[in-house]
Amino acid sequence: MSAQTPQPAPQPAREGARQPVLSVRDLRVRMGTPRGVAEIVNGLDYDVHPGETVAVVGESGSGKSVSVMALMGLLPRTATVTGTAEFEGRDLVGMSDAQLRTVRGNGISMVFQDPMTSLNPVLTVGRQITEGLLAHGDLPKRAATERAAELLGEVGFPDPRGALDRYPHQLSGGMRQRVMIAIALAGRPRLLIADEATTALDVTVQAQILELVARLQAEHGTGVIWITHDLGVVAGIADRVLVMYGGRCVEDGVVDDVFDAPAHPYTRGLLGALPARLGPELDAEEPPELVTIPGTPPLPTDLPPGCVFWPRCPVRSDPRCEREQPPLLEVSRPQVGGRPAGLPHRAATWCSEGRP
Amino acid sequence: MSGYLLRRAGQSAVVLLGVAIAVFALMHLVPGDPVRLALGTRFDQAAYDALRERAGLDEPLPVQFLGWIGSAVTGDLGVSFRSGEPVTMLIVERLPATVSLAAASILVALLIAVPLGTLSALRPRSFVDSAGTVVSQVGISVPEFWMGILLILLFAGVLDWFPPGGYVPLSEDPVGWLRSLVLPALTTGLVSGSVLTRFTRSSVLEALGADHVRTARAKGLPARAVLRWHVLRNALLPLVTVTGVQLAYLLSGVVVVEIVFAWPGLGLLALQAVQDRDYPVLQGAVLLFAFVFLLLNLVVDLLYSRLDPRISA
Ligand SMILES: Nc1ncnc2c1ncn2[C@@H]1O[C@H](COP(=O)(O)OP(=O)(O)OP(=O)(O)O)[C@@H](O)[C@H]1O
Ligand code: SF4
Ligand SMILES: [Mg+2]
Repeated sequence: MSAQTPQPAPQPAREGARQPVLSVRDLRVRMGTPRGVAEIVNGLDYDVHPGETVAVVGESGSGKSVSVMALMGLLPRTATVTGTAEFEGRDLVGMSDAQLRTVRGNGISMVFQDPMTSLNPVLTVGRQITEGLLAHGDLPKRAATERAAELLGEVGFPDPRGALDRYPHQLSGGMRQRVMIAIALAGRPRLLIADEATTALDVTVQAQILELVARLQAEHGTGVIWITHDLGVVAGIADRVLVMYGGRCVEDGVVDDVFDAPAHPYTRGLLGALPARLGPELDAEEPPELVTIPGTPPLPTDLPPGCVFWPRCPVRSDPRCEREQPPLLEVSRPQVGGRPAGLPHRAATWCSEGRP
Repeated sequence: MSGYLLRRAGQSAVVLLGVAIAVFALMHLVPGDPVRLALGTRFDQAAYDALRERAGLDEPLPVQFLGWIGSAVTGDLGVSFRSGEPVTMLIVERLPATVSLAAASILVALLIAVPLGTLSALRPRSFVDSAGTVVSQVGISVPEFWMGILLILLFAGVLDWFPPGGYVPLSEDPVGWLRSLVLPALTTGLVSGSVLTRFTRSSVLEALGADHVRTARAKGLPARAVLRWHVLRNALLPLVTVTGVQLAYLLSGVVVVEIVFAWPGLGLLALQAVQDRDYPVLQGAVLLFAFVFLLLNLVVDLLYSRLDPRISA
């Protein structure tokens, strides 16, 4: 496949730092399609530590959803997943469905984009929470119901017991997303994956949900992968950000490092139209979205041989750009007392701007 | 809820009245004198006048209609021109045969459609799916009389497992009833089953792609629970409606199958009435079919609102 040199696993430099809850190495996903083999995810490397929020951004079709669905084993049968994804020391890739089932909704939970369709319209809220509890532990039904009410209280339902008998259509979008979060929290996950979990909600409700997740994360030390189009959200909640393009990570690092000094032309394009100051205090009327960069992203069935961004890149001057894939290299590393500390800021580009 | 039910029942009554008017008008506006026909070769003026008077045919049409509908409400549908027997009795006599056949056919149809449609949807383009497609295509396109004759030839002729035709009342001989039911029920059941299989397949396929199924899987539910509670529970809802329509159709008598199997059902009764221009019987039968259809629709709506919490608002 690629001649890319394997990168040393990014290690937290802090002495005695906790082990990552999730450690993804060279994750690849291919799918057979009528138009040929689609290379949807092409070698992702990242870690998520307990209590940490990693944001994943990138244009539509860059493989964000597929890459996390691959972790959960939720892709269609036509998908082939390779690489490793160690969750608490166990490799999720290649786990049997029965083994994965013990992880899903238990160790790793997911919250999806559309709260209108993500819940089953014909089952009660209570039932949809308890069934997960009952599938994972052998607690009696009554205890599961108790716990479901407890969870609904935790996510902010004023009358948790009454809400158990509600059907999704009787709830607002924000309340439904709270139910989704309650379902996700039911198994006390160590990793929570939110795939555009607030995209469909209006700004006020979005802020409430973000706050809720941040609070629960702080309480339980959950690692979070937050997929979003909204760079304001990234700035507001994420510790680190991973920029995806064409199924690859083109840049990652601590949010401030990446936003203050983006090293990849694609990231610079994304950030280009944004106001200089990013933060939760940003004008709520107009949340910053990914700007449109001229051109369209490559089809996963037809990726360019060199840099994936080459066809659209405004600064493609290096002769290697067209032929050779740029490896993901360290741009800078935070220094503490003259020694490297924390996680590096990395980018995959041949251009040297922004490099030390 | 009960307000909704009342409103629906009221609507149904209005529709039924409309059907009654249409049927009555049609019967009395088509050319041909039914009384003359009923008397056949034994025509004489005195008998003709007597029959006309007994049937109330010498009165103005609106009066005739009101009289007919008035007695119909009390269950009196008049008397047959042909046999002079009460229409209600003629219909009630035929009901057991028709209801038995309709119920057995729907059972056969669902027993085929739900498993086959579900399996096909779970494994699209697999062997089961292709086989299911072929079988249901054949089931939809082969005429019922042809299917019936084939079944008779094989199971009654060659194998001699079941009688080739005729109806045995349940009260007389339960085993004989069941045996007499098998071939006609298979014939109509295969046809209805083919339609329902296609329907089930597309419905399950659609449900499988629903977002909430992904949620259910992400919860770590066992595959069986996902299928049972998040795919089938939703996919089979619309099947209730389609099954209701099929049942209404079967209860209106399946003329062709009744002919092939000499099955004394409502279809044959209606057919005979058409041939004889036995208006009271035909009117009664059509009114009954409309009534059954509306009633089943009402039942389906009720059932639906019990099964789908979004409806009963
Ligand atoms: N089941 C599938 N079969 C074939 N291709 C697929 C399938 N699912 C996704 N893809 C392709 O994989 C690519 C990445 O899809 P993915 O859903 O991961 O994008 P995304 O980054 O999440 O985009 P969005 O922001 O729109 O959610 C797309 O080109 C998509 O067409
Ligand atoms: S490698 Fe070349 S084409 Fe790709 S982003 Fe860098 S400069 Fe642009
Ligand atoms: Mg997505």
